[in-house]
Amino acid sequence: MTTAAASRSLSSTVVSARAKRGWGDRLFRGLARGAALSLILLVTAMIIGMAGAAMPSFRAFGWRFLYTSTWDPVAETFGALPFVYGTLVSSLLALVIAVPLGLGAAIFLAELAPVWIRPPITFLVELVAAVPSVVFGLWGIFVLAPWLRNWVQPALGASLGFLPLFQGPPYGVGMLAAGIILAIMIVPFITAVSREVLLAVPNTQREAALGLGATRWETTRIAVLRYGKSGLIGAVLLGLGRALGETMAVTMVIGNRPEVAISLFAPGYTMASVIANEFTEATSDLYLGALIEIGLLLFAVTVIVNALARLLVWSVGGAVKQVRE
Amino acid sequence: MNRWLAGLLCSLLAVLGSGVQPVAAQMLMNGAGATFPYPIYSKWFDEYTKVDQGARFNYQSIGSGGGIRQITARTVDFGASDGPMTDDQLGKAPGNLLHIPTVLGAVVTTYNLAGNPKLRFTPDILADIFLGRIMKWNDAKIAAVNPGVSLPDQAILVVHRSDGSGTTYIWVDYLSKVSKEWDAKVGRGTSVNWPVGLGGKGNEGVAGQIKNTPGALGYVELAYAIKNNLPAASVRNAAGKFVEPSIETTTAAAAASATNMPADFRVSLTNPPGDHAYPIASFTWLLVYKDQPDETKGKLLVKFLWWMIHDGQKYTSDLLYAPLPPQVVKQVEARLGEITYQGKPLLAAR
Repeated sequence: MTTAAASRSLSSTVVSARAKRGWGDRLFRGLARGAALSLILLVTAMIIGMAGAAMPSFRAFGWRFLYTSTWDPVAETFGALPFVYGTLVSSLLALVIAVPLGLGAAIFLAELAPVWIRPPITFLVELVAAVPSVVFGLWGIFVLAPWLRNWVQPALGASLGFLPLFQGPPYGVGMLAAGIILAIMIVPFITAVSREVLLAVPNTQREAALGLGATRWETTRIAVLRYGKSGLIGAVLLGLGRALGETMAVTMVIGNRPEVAISLFAPGYTMASVIANEFTEATSDLYLGALIEIGLLLFAVTVIVNALARLLVWSVGGAVKQVRE
Repeated sequence: MNRWLAGLLCSLLAVLGSGVQPVAAQMLMNGAGATFPYPIYSKWFDEYTKVDQGARFNYQSIGSGGGIRQITARTVDFGASDGPMTDDQLGKAPGNLLHIPTVLGAVVTTYNLAGNPKLRFTPDILADIFLGRIMKWNDAKIAAVNPGVSLPDQAILVVHRSDGSGTTYIWVDYLSKVSKEWDAKVGRGTSVNWPVGLGGKGNEGVAGQIKNTPGALGYVELAYAIKNNLPAASVRNAAGKFVEPSIETTTAAAAASATNMPADFRVSLTNPPGDHAYPIASFTWLLVYKDQPDETKGKLLVKFLWWMIHDGQKYTSDLLYAPLPPQVVKQVEARLGEITYQGKPLLAAR
C-alpha cells in the first residue's frame, strides 16, 4: 500500500516534470517554427506585393521585357536585358578577380603566415569589410577611374586589343571599373570566411598528409582545401551575393548606360543601379511597374545563381565525404 | 541590472513627458518632394519658426515623383516638385491642387578643356552635341561662335545625370524646345533615353566625371557650378544674345515670362523672350490643395506661403537660388487668396 502510494507519487512527479519539460519544449519549438515561418511569410509577401505593383509592366511587355534592350522612360518602352547583362558580367568579373586573391590570402593567413603576423592582417581584412560602399564609389571616381583611363586601359588595349573585350575608347568608368571595385569589396568577405573554414579543418588531416610524405603545397591542396571545399564555396557565394546586390559603388563607376557591349571598357548598367537611380522620380504606373519588375528580376537572378551554386556544393559534397571516409 | 533598466525607463519617460508639452502647442506641417530646393526650404522652415512660434515643419526630400505621389495620397500637407504635374496626374488627385512657385533654378553647361577657355554655345550646338552629331571640339559650328578660342581636335565626352532629376527635366525640356529632332527622338522627362554619353549620379557624379576627363561636357545646377567654381558656358537666348548663367539672368527669365504667365503657374520657363534672360531656367513649386481639409493647418500654411514669397525671398541669394521677380510675386499673391477652407478664403483671416 505504502509502496504503491510512493510509486504513484514518484510517477506523478516524473509526469509533472515531463509535462513541464514538454511545455517548455513546445514553447521553444513554437517560437522557432514561428521565426522560420515569418521569414517565409515575409518573402512571400514581398513577392506578392512587388508582383502586384509590377502588373502594368507585365501586361504591357510580357516576356519581351527580358530580351529587349530599349530603356526609354519618355516613350515608356522598357526592356531589362542590358541591366541583367550588366549585373551578371560585373559580378562575374568581380569573382574572377576576387576568388584567387581572397582564397590566396585566406590560405596564407590560415596555413603559411608566421603566427605573429596573422592577427594584424586579419584585423585589416575585417576593417576593409566594414567600409561603406559609397566610400568605395568615391575612391572609384577619383582614384581608380583616372588610373584606369591613363594607364591600365591604354596598356590593355595595346597588348590585348585584338580581343573584343579590350576595345574602344578608354573612359575610365565602365564595366572594368565596376568589376574591380566589386572585387575589392568582396575580397575581405571571401578571405574572412575562408580563413575560418580552413582553421576549422582538423589538424589530423594535415598530420596524416605530412606523415605520408606530402609537401606543404600537397598537404594544403589534398588535405585542407578538399576537406573544406563546401565551406569555401559558401564563402565565394557570400561574396557573389554581395556583388549581385551592390548598388551605390557600382552606380558611381559603371557609367550608367543601358547597352549590351562586349568590351569591358564600355559603360554598362546594373539592375540594382537603375532602381536606385530612377525610383525616386518615376511618376507613372508603368514606369514604376517596370522598375519593380527589375527588382523581381534581380530577386529571381539571385535565386537562380544561388541554386546553381548549391547544386555545385552538393556535387562536391560527395567528394568531401569520400575524403572523410 | 533590473534597477538599472528601471532607471533608464524612468528617465526615458521623463524625457518623453517633457517633450510632449511644447509639441501640443505647435502645429506640425508635413511636406515631401523635390531635392533641388531642399537647402532653401529647410532655411525657410527654420527662419519661419522664429517668426511664428506655433509652426513646425517636417520636410522629406524624397524626390519630385515621391512628392507628387504623397500629396495625391494626402499623406502630407504639402508636396514639392521640380517639374509641373501633368494633366493626367492632376486628374488623379482627390482635390484641386495648386502650383505655388517658390524660387528659380538654372542649369548650366560645364566642361573640361585645356586652358579653361570661356565658351559660348548656341541652342543648335548643344542639341547636336547631345544628339551625337557634333563629336569633336574643333567642329566648325563651335569654332564659329567662339572666335579666338583654340579648340582641340579631341572627342567630346557627353556626361549626363544617371538618376532621375528635375535638373535633367529642365535640360531636356530646353533641348526639346530648341531642337525638333530632340523633341521627336528623345523628348522630355526626369530620365530619358540618351543618344550618347555616360551617366553620373547626382551633380557631384557628373562634375566628378567631367573634372577627371579632358574633353568632357555635361550639365549641372547653377548653384552647384558656382559653389564649386566650375566653368559655365554662355548660351544664346531666344532674343539672339549670348547670356552668362547667373542668379540675375535666371530671375530675368521668369520676369520675361510674367506677361503671359498661365494662371496655374504650370509653365516651362526655358527659352523665354527677353534680352537678359538665361534660357535654361525653371521654377520649382510647392503643391497645395486649393480647399484645405483642416482650418488651423490651412491658415498656417497660407501664412507661411505669404511670408515665403515676401520676406523669405531675401534668403535665396545666399543659398544661390534665384528669387521670384516682383511681377510673379504679385501673381502668386492672387493665387494664395484662392486657398479656402470649406469655401472660406484663408488669406483674409490671416
